[in-house]
Amino acid sequence: MKCTITLDTLELRINFSSGVPIYVQLMEQIKHAVETGAVRAGEQLPAIRKVAEDLAMNPNTVVRAYRELERDGILELRHGSGAYVSATHTTAAKTAALERAAEILGEALEEVAGLGLSEAETRRVFESEFAPARERAKTTRRRT
Amino acid sequence: MNDLVIQTRGLRKSYDGSPAVRGIDLAVPRGSICGFLGRNGAGKTTTIKLLLRILRPDAGEISLFGNRVDSEAASVDARRRIGFVTEEKQLYPYMTVGQTIRFTRSFFPGWRADLEARYLEIFRLPADKPVPKLSKGMRTQLMLLLALARGAELLILDEPTDGLDPAVTEEVLEALAGLTAAEGTSIFFSSHHLAEVEQIADRVCLIDRGQIVIDGALDDLKTEYRRILLVFAGDAPESVAALAGVDHVRTRGRTASLLAHGDIDATLDRARLLRPESVEVHPVTLKELFLEHVKGE
Repeated sequence: MKCTITLDTLELRINFSSGVPIYVQLMEQIKHAVETGAVRAGEQLPAIRKVAEDLAMNPNTVVRAYRELERDGILELRHGSGAYVSATHTTAAKTAALERAAEILGEALEEVAGLGLSEAETRRVFESEFAPARERAKTTRRRT
Repeated sequence: MNDLVIQTRGLRKSYDGSPAVRGIDLAVPRGSICGFLGRNGAGKTTTIKLLLRILRPDAGEISLFGNRVDSEAASVDARRRIGFVTEEKQLYPYMTVGQTIRFTRSFFPGWRADLEARYLEIFRLPADKPVPKLSKGMRTQLMLLLALARGAELLILDEPTDGLDPAVTEEVLEALAGLTAAEGTSIFFSSHHLAEVEQIADRVCLIDRGQIVIDGALDDLKTEYRRILLVFAGDAPESVAALAGVDHVRTRGRTASLLAHGDIDATLDRARLLRPESVEVHPVTLKELFLEHVKGE
């Protein structure tokens, strides 16, 4: 049984004027839909033309997001037929990882709450620590 | 083998000795939607008129679909494959919408009746309405329909959404994105509305005072550029301006705001040597890039 996911199911909310590349936003939101189980393995994503037209966005951007998601193993692109949610993507492991991440960040935020910063200030620190933290993680992985 | 639908080298044009276009190198790949940005008077319309040979360049080369356009015959050949809407938006005032479409259709053997029907429906254009009775939005939509339905490989549009209300603008953008998705049509359109360029363009070319200041894939630009905020214990040192990889600097008292691109981590390392008290890195919007590059130079 073939099932095509509608755009409504994906609930795409693209902020075109944000500094975050549009294909990255698209990737993250599709990933999120897969991770939360809103879309399931084997289901077909809306056609590139449909996404481009309905959201009035560039089709090449949609192609790029789909391709990158294929490289990440989340989608499977079948020539002439479309993009399908990959069966190999292990949702259970991802869900566990997400829960663990929520736990770690929750604890950290609890601690930060004691410092008397506003929520906006905390967010700014969080955002600006992203790149350095990723770099440190990379180096640690390289060393081990 | 390059697959560029538009390529120019060193394009120049002056009006009575005052330069409007000062050495523009364009490269628009097939299948892309390229937003051509700049303030009013930056040289956008002149560049488009040069591409269409409505004006002749003082210097420089133009290639369309990989062929040099250096004669009237070559330009006619190229224009057969191009749909364009220029700022004049001229239509015959004594015709109705239907008559205008039938009249235009007779010139184009590759006319796409399916696209004509599709955009008549999408734009809800009344066939029996006389052209002078159309609203500004409808006139633009009719012009677009005429450009879209001729089966062109490339659309060159000068401010296609200028003066349209947000609902009509969205319809036009949907039509353009849908056309590229369905037919692979390349689109080169000028605009000073950043929001619509961000929405449908995959490439942007920003010109200021007749020269290109930013050119590239929009998502790559957003990845490459970062705003770095530095706060110092005392006044921000003059030396921040000399940091490698930094395009623009604004200092106000103890803070310095840098627009950087390229290897952001290397720039950050150099910035940290100036011993700021805090360092923040933020993504950059197209609006910020636009304003940083076109103001006060």
